[in-house]
Amino acid sequence: MPLSRSAPTQPPPTDPPPASSPSQSTSSSSSSSSSSSSSTVFVPALATTRADEELLARRLVPPRRPGRWVSAAVALVLAAMLVHTIVANPRFEWGIVRQYFVAASIIHGLELTLWLTAAVMICGYALGIALACMRLSGNPILRGFAFLYVWLFRSVPPLVQLLFWYELASFYPKLSVGIPFGPAFGTANTAHLFSGEFAAFVALSLDVAAFSAEIVRGGILSVDPGQSEAAQALGLGRWRTFRRVVLPQAMPAIVPASGNMLIGTLKATSLVSVIAVVDLLYAVQLIYNANFEVIPLLLVATAWYLLLTTVLSIGQYYVERHYSRGTKRRPAARTLRQITRANLPLFPPGTAGSVNGIGGL
Amino acid sequence: MTAATTRMPAGATLLRIRGLRKSFGQQTVLHGIDLDVPQGSVTVLLGPSGSGKSTLLRCINHLEKPDAGFVELDGAVIGYRRGRRHLHELPAREVTRQRASVGMVFQQFNLFPHLTVLENLVEAPIAHRLATKAQAADTARELLARVGLAGREGAYPLQLSGGQQQRVAIARALALRPRLLLFDEPTSALDPELVGEVLGVIKDLAADGMTMIVVTHEIGFAREAADHAVFLDAGRIVESGPPADVLSAPKHERTRAFLDAVL
Repeated sequence: MPLSRSAPTQPPPTDPPPASSPSQSTSSSSSSSSSSSSSTVFVPALATTRADEELLARRLVPPRRPGRWVSAAVALVLAAMLVHTIVANPRFEWGIVRQYFVAASIIHGLELTLWLTAAVMICGYALGIALACMRLSGNPILRGFAFLYVWLFRSVPPLVQLLFWYELASFYPKLSVGIPFGPAFGTANTAHLFSGEFAAFVALSLDVAAFSAEIVRGGILSVDPGQSEAAQALGLGRWRTFRRVVLPQAMPAIVPASGNMLIGTLKATSLVSVIAVVDLLYAVQLIYNANFEVIPLLLVATAWYLLLTTVLSIGQYYVERHYSRGTKRRPAARTLRQITRANLPLFPPGTAGSVNGIGGL
Repeated sequence: MTAATTRMPAGATLLRIRGLRKSFGQQTVLHGIDLDVPQGSVTVLLGPSGSGKSTLLRCINHLEKPDAGFVELDGAVIGYRRGRRHLHELPAREVTRQRASVGMVFQQFNLFPHLTVLENLVEAPIAHRLATKAQAADTARELLARVGLAGREGAYPLQLSGGQQQRVAIARALALRPRLLLFDEPTSALDPELVGEVLGVIKDLAADGMTMIVVTHEIGFAREAADHAVFLDAGRIVESGPPADVLSAPKHERTRAFLDAVL
């Protein structure tokens, strides 16, 4: 328990030096004044006074941080209160939560949530990568088109888009494939084509495409231009340069933002409940509309979203680690303890300094 | 180095540059450059920063497209096809093929940091289908031994010192067996104590008869290893000739001023 170990044993910096460390003073002064036997150096010896000896004998004491301990205590008490109220309040009805957690209709809803998320992410990113390439191309028309697309679809709320695509049949009753402004080869009834699920897929994919285009473009721009120059000088083609040189180095910038995007999309699929597509949330709503156990059933959905997000976050950690190859001077096989310390910010390595900025209390 | 100084710069002209012009917007960087580089010779390009040395080098492998004039390597115009009346720019794929015969080494090394040393070296030969993976790896190990880095093929570039990285970059450029090697200030980003190891590798290559064009500020290296020194100022070649003449008895006042400032 580092909490109890570090504080009381350390005297404030104004205390007189502890008299119990003569060995420390002799060892440090000897190592600084006389050279070690293994390598000879040619440096004139500098005088060490009694005052120096006395300073050398002192222990280095980090500043005390009472604010840290107080804020930590407050946070712990608040956390304990939160856990207690959630567990102890009978109105959360944990028994009902357990009962419905793996109910068949909820698992069906969960499946729809999962495949809709996967389909939206895959198609959205495919379109997003294409848009990013258009934004970075030399063709001003394509650049302008991609810019307008991103501007439009980032501006319209996904819920509005969802309703728009769902209602497409009311202003385009028929859709045809054919020559632009010419004859049509085939015509379909819009209302049949745009079921709730398909409308949800289209709306969310177009939304993801707009955001992912910016994520991918930012990642590509973060790669040093010298890299593609070197690839060109080696006579690598444009596609190979992109695939083997630029993209792998853009990934460290793309992956964290895409992890956010994925988790956001997972939750955004819950919007489809407004157009009566039975996803996880709507499956839950169908049940609580019948039995009025609103909060326990929302907790069921929440628990599933938490679980899925946790799995995705762990996956993201491994993907990030894969793409950080070669970025460290020393290849580090980190222990589980080090990984935990780096990711749980409570007691970061080097507690006093909180080197990583967000660590500490 | 004795081999380098006694070697005759004779031989057929490998690279011919005529009337090369290049502007960036309003600013003209190269005002009509003419240059011949014989097979097996070492040419150093000297000059103050902004004089156009790097742009000239980058025009040679078509990283920059010239506005006028041409670069001819062994009779083939770089980046263009001779039409009946015009020079037509080649499609990217053809330029890619031409670049395989011109290696380039950059000031900032530009190794691929996400690939190991070996992967850096085999990427281009495999892409050009010059070798199978196994053959390319064997060649890469030979090249690493040649630049004094045998056994480091598994390291990532950032785990190496600057001098080692630059030697890997030289080996990577050699992996395509180029006819010509271009060096863009290969030692300017290095700590002073690491400069020697890189220059040593370049001198060894010169002794082996590799044709090279080196942009550098290392006057000592130019004296020792070069057959031909070219001094650029404001986009023009103002003086060229054997290094002994250009560097020890400069005729042009700009060359004199530059050498006074550098030495």
